Parts: sequence; structure tokens; C-alpha cells
Amino acid sequence: MKILIKSGRVIDPANNVDDIRDILIDNTRIARVGKGLNNGADKTIDAAGKIVMPGLIDMHVHLREPGREDKETIATGTQAALHGGVTTVLAMPNTIPAIDSAENARLIASIIRDTARIQVLVCGAITKGRLGEELVDLARLKKEGIAAISDDGSSVDSPDILFKAMKKARELRIPVICHCEDKTMSAGGVMNLGANSTRLGLRGISNESEYKRVQRDLSIAQRTKCSVHIAHISCAESVEIVAKAKKKGVKVTCETAPHYFSLTEEAVLDYDTNKKMNPPLRTAGDRDAVRQGLADGVIDVIASDHAPHTVAEKEIEFDRAEFGVTGLETEFGVSATYLVHTGLLDWAGLCRKMALNPARILGIDKGTLSAGSDADIVIVDPDAEWAVKIADFASKSRNSCFLNERLKGKVIKTIYRGTVAYSAD
Amino acid sequence: MSEPVTWNKKDLLGLEYLSAQEIAFILDTADSFKEVTTREIKKVPALRGKTVVNLFYEPSTRTRISFELAAKRLSADVINIAAETSSIKKGETLIDTGRNIEALKADIIVMRHNYSGAANMLARHLNISVVNAGDGWHEHPTQALLDIFTLREKLGNIEGRSVTIVGDIAHSRVARSNIWGLTKLGAKVTVCAPRMLIPVGIEAMGVSVTNNIDEALKEADAVNVLRMQFERDEQGAFPKQMEYFKKFGITEERLRRAKPELIVMHPGPINRGIEMSSEVADCPQSVILDQVTNGIAVRMAALFLVSQARDIKNEDPH
Repeated sequence: MKILIKSGRVIDPANNVDDIRDILIDNTRIARVGKGLNNGADKTIDAAGKIVMPGLIDMHVHLREPGREDKETIATGTQAALHGGVTTVLAMPNTIPAIDSAENARLIASIIRDTARIQVLVCGAITKGRLGEELVDLARLKKEGIAAISDDGSSVDSPDILFKAMKKARELRIPVICHCEDKTMSAGGVMNLGANSTRLGLRGISNESEYKRVQRDLSIAQRTKCSVHIAHISCAESVEIVAKAKKKGVKVTCETAPHYFSLTEEAVLDYDTNKKMNPPLRTAGDRDAVRQGLADGVIDVIASDHAPHTVAEKEIEFDRAEFGVTGLETEFGVSATYLVHTGLLDWAGLCRKMALNPARILGIDKGTLSAGSDADIVIVDPDAEWAVKIADFASKSRNSCFLNERLKGKVIKTIYRGTVAYSAD
Repeated sequence: MSEPVTWNKKDLLGLEYLSAQEIAFILDTADSFKEVTTREIKKVPALRGKTVVNLFYEPSTRTRISFELAAKRLSADVINIAAETSSIKKGETLIDTGRNIEALKADIIVMRHNYSGAANMLARHLNISVVNAGDGWHEHPTQALLDIFTLREKLGNIEGRSVTIVGDIAHSRVARSNIWGLTKLGAKVTVCAPRMLIPVGIEAMGVSVTNNIDEALKEADAVNVLRMQFERDEQGAFPKQMEYFKKFGITEERLRRAKPELIVMHPGPINRGIEMSSEVADCPQSVILDQVTNGIAVRMAALFLVSQARDIKNEDPH
């Protein structure tokens, strides 16, 4: 099967391409990229007026399977990914059981093999049960194909254990993803600490509880020379600390999520639990620092932190509601709206944050449109406006913080390994 | 002439959400209901045929009784649900509980809840009226309204007056509602507490902050003394009781240094010898029992107005 994507504006920063080109797909791979390609395709997709980019790579998602199939499954989560233009995800290990052993890694691998609709890479845990006490057998997890390790949702409190984990991870060349939160400072908190948490009578989570831990983790990274990736940066101080560490030569990359550059804590003022996440939405100053960090290149990656929850876990009192929001289906639209249409990033810049950089961090041969690479491609309409509606979600859950928001920039087609796996029309 | 003030809110969730005119309108309505409470037959038919459900997730005697009496004096049927142990433990969500009460064709839910924002959430999901009887640390609007009603009765007006609130500001919904109400009506509000009990950024609500009680009382026309809930000190933020009394307790000696006509208020129940001395609690400037009496008139006004707003909304074809 040969598919020709005709006359689209091809964005491929790995090859310095931002131009009108045709792309010829031969089975699962990209055969040629060029002008005026014409030869013998079985099917032609007219992409005139559209943007054609590498399929997005979201390196921070919670697919909930195994264990919480009531929230999401690998099948529904990866279908949601296709709706969002995402063709590769990194699944976080806070499943039940956690991905902390070869056996559990094989368990999730078999579900992925049977049900995933896109490429699902697995992030293993750093410690047994993600409890921060006993290191997992990293070498065995690596053999099972683990792409990175993280105790996501928890920070490894013991500097000694984290040091050992990073040393081992460096030997094995596994990236370590750090969830930075000092729970002795944030415990009980449900929103950003400040005048608004006081006004609402809610317990706050300080910036300090995040950035102090970023600082600590980076100092351990520096000592061990391990490659680390800081998850979901939300505040100005964290951006600054990462910028300084990069200047010093620490092997650090970091990500933020779309809600941190689009929303502020003001969104919580009516106790909307769909705006409750960890780290919390911060002040306008923090949001602006995150935007600047994206523009400056301090923040390498945009990842959704897709965290589906059931209605019974979300439509309850703010204090009792689970942390987290879904994001796979909205991350492209939100990023286009708040970063590209505002002029903070160009399309190539967005493509780096959402495809090329995650591929490089995870060491996978994706995120580009080079001839010979996997035909994972997304076609988007850069100017199409759309409203976020529950009825359109493929995810099992609907706890989006962008419900009913109008976005500019829409996924039209998602091609995974040469097959049109999602089509908006 | 300005526009005549009307009331069109089906819920009373907090004073943050009301304009100065709306607050004054409740107080004026309460004035006329207060007259009812002095009659020999203390009952009017304003809510006859209506059902008020007191849904209390936290134990409360005085607020619940005050709401119950207010509803009964308006001729409503009243049901009390002490929910703190029953439904939450069975796993029914608050919204489901509310929807069940709505399905029983009740008209108003008066809710006390231990979580901030619970009343806001319930009101968003229901068509019937919700009156917040205290949610977490957030708001306790009828308490603040009765405090302000009492102040207005004693002082004549609120604008330009100085009111000091003393005690555990961080965890107090009474403080927050009073701050909103008083500042909207043009009063100058000072909060006074040990440093650990002053929440971050409280100044943004338009108040001055001090840790010195004598300074806080110097210019004050009234002092509202909050109950210190030592039993709830989960974070060890409270000073020892005797130390608190020494530094922040209202005593006759401190009153002597304040304005002679300083009004002393307390939402109750009083810890005598901790927040204030017994002498102060019983002194002529103390209006603590007037507050209790006024609470009924204020709650009658609240129940009456939200019910009326909902009736008007239901008649509106749009």
C-alpha cells in the first residue's frame, strides 16, 4: 500500500524542513519526501493548506492498565492519543501492580501487544511499589524493554536511594524521570499556596515544595552524570534552576504540560475539580515563566500528563477529588493556540517540543519525517477552530481542564505506521 | 435615584459573591423579620408549603437550631439530617445526596460541610436552593450577616467603622465571611492573631494584619473574637491556651485602653478564660447574646430571599 500526502506544509526540524512537500509512504515507512512526487500511489491525501508533521510523542501519560481499567485502558488511551495526533506515548508505571519487576513489565507488554493502537513505550519504576525504599532490578527491566524509569506521582525521598538509582541508570543508559515534590512541604495541599488558597480556604502547595526537589535531584544528577528529565515543571523557580543546571553541563531535560502555560490558579476559584492537578496551576507569573522557558529552549518537551479519573473520583468535594486531568486529545490544540498562534513558538519549535525532543530523550528513531523512518505522521489544520466537548472524547474519562474551551489548531488525520488510524472528517 | 435593589440569587454561598447592595438588602429584610420575632405569635406564612432540609456533615447545635427556628417561624417544614457518619461512609457522593433531596421535592438545602467549596459544588449541580451554613475554612455567610446586622443595630452604620477580628484567622470561615461583608460595606478591617494563624496573602482581601492585640484594639469600634478550636490543631500551629490568653485574650484591662464604646462580639461557643475573660463576656459592651437572637431574623431573611428568587426563576419562561 502506497499513500501520497500531497502539497502539505511539511515541518520536519530534524531535517531543517519547513516547506511545501509531498510525502510518499510505502507500507509502514516513509519512502520519499520531495516536490512533485507523483508515482503510483494507491491513495492520495490532499494536504494543501494543512501542516504535516511527525506523529506527536507524549512522554508522560497514565494509561491506568493494568489495575484501573475503569479510568482508562491501553486501548482507549491509545485511541485518545490518535485523536490528539499522538503516535508514541511513554506509559507511567503507577499501575496496579506497578511496573517494578520483569514479570510486571511482561504483563503490561502483553496488553500493549494485544490492544495498543500506537507505539506504547513503558516507563519502569525506580523503587519497588514506587515506595522509595528498595531499588528495582534495573538490568532486568532494561532487558524487558523499559524505556525510562520514574517513581512518577512520588519523588524518591531518600537521596541515597536516588543516588544509587541514577548511578545504575547511567551504567545502563536509561533516562531517569523525576517527579519533583517534597511531600513534607506539600502534604494536604490541594491548590497553589497563596492569596487564592487563603481566599478559598484550601490548603496550599508551595512552589518551594517543587523547586527544592528539582534542585536536589539535579545535584544528584550532576554527581552521578546520569541523564535526567524533570517532569511537569509548573513554577518560575524550577525553570530558572533547570536553566542554570543546563549551563553548568548537567545532563538535564525537562517538560511542562499544556495547562501550565495556558491556565493559572484563578481557574480554581469556583472549586472546579477538573482544574485540580499536581503540581497545581500556579500564578500568572509562573505561567509566563513557563512560556518563556518554552520559547528560550530551557523547557524541552510538552507532555500531557494525561491522568484519567472516573466521575466518582472527580465530581466530589475539592479536597477529596483526585489530582489530574486528561490531556492527550487537547494537547495539540492547546499548544497551537497558546504557543504558536501567540508567536511564542513557530511550528518547527512546537514540533521539537512535541516530537523530536521526546524521541531524542527516549533514544528512539522517531520524531522525524526522514526517508526510511516509520510513517508516523500527523496532518493538522493550523487555523481550524474547534470546541472541546465531552462527546468527542475517546478517552474513558472526561476530566479535562479545557472542557468547552475554543481552540485554534486541529488534528485532521493521524497516520500510524503507514495506516490512517484517525481521521477527523 | 439608583435602581431598586432586588434579590435574584437562588443560593447563598458566601458574602464574596454578593454586592454591598445585596448585603444591605438581606439586612433590611432581616430588620422586618426581627419585628416578627418580638411578637407574641412569632410566625409568618412566608414559606408555608416549602420544605427546608438541614444537611449537616459536621456537628453543630447552635447554627442548626437557629436555622430550624428561622424556617419554622416562616412556616416551612423542616427536616434535619446529620450526615457526618451516614452517607459519606456508604460512599454516596454529595451530589447524589443532594439530588435525592431534590427528588423528594425539598425547596432549600441548608448545608454545613467540613470541606471548603462543598456548598458551591452542590449549588452548581442542583436546581433547588442551597444556603451555606459553613463550608470548611471558606465561608459562613449567615454568621457574618448576623454579626454585621448586630453591628449595624448598635452603631447605626458600617461604613467607615473599624472592626478587628481576633483569633485563628487561618482556619476560620467566620473570619473570611466577615472580611468580605465588612469590607464591601466600607468598614476598615484588621485581623489579629499569632503569626502561625495568619494565612498567606490575607492582605489581598483588603485587611490590615497585626500580631499585637493592643494595637488592633486601639482604633476599633468593634472586636469580633473567634473561638480558638484547640481540639482541631492538627499542625501544632496553636500556642498554649494560657499563653494565648496572655497575648491575645480580651480582658477588662485591655478594654480600658480601647475606645470606651468598643463592641465585643463572639460567634460562640465561648471558651471563657481563653479568648476573653468571663468579665468581658458578660460586660455591658458584649453583644454576644444579641448576636444569637439576631441570627434567627437574618436566617429568616436568607431563607425567604433564596426561596423567592427560585420561585421567580421557575416562573420565567426563559
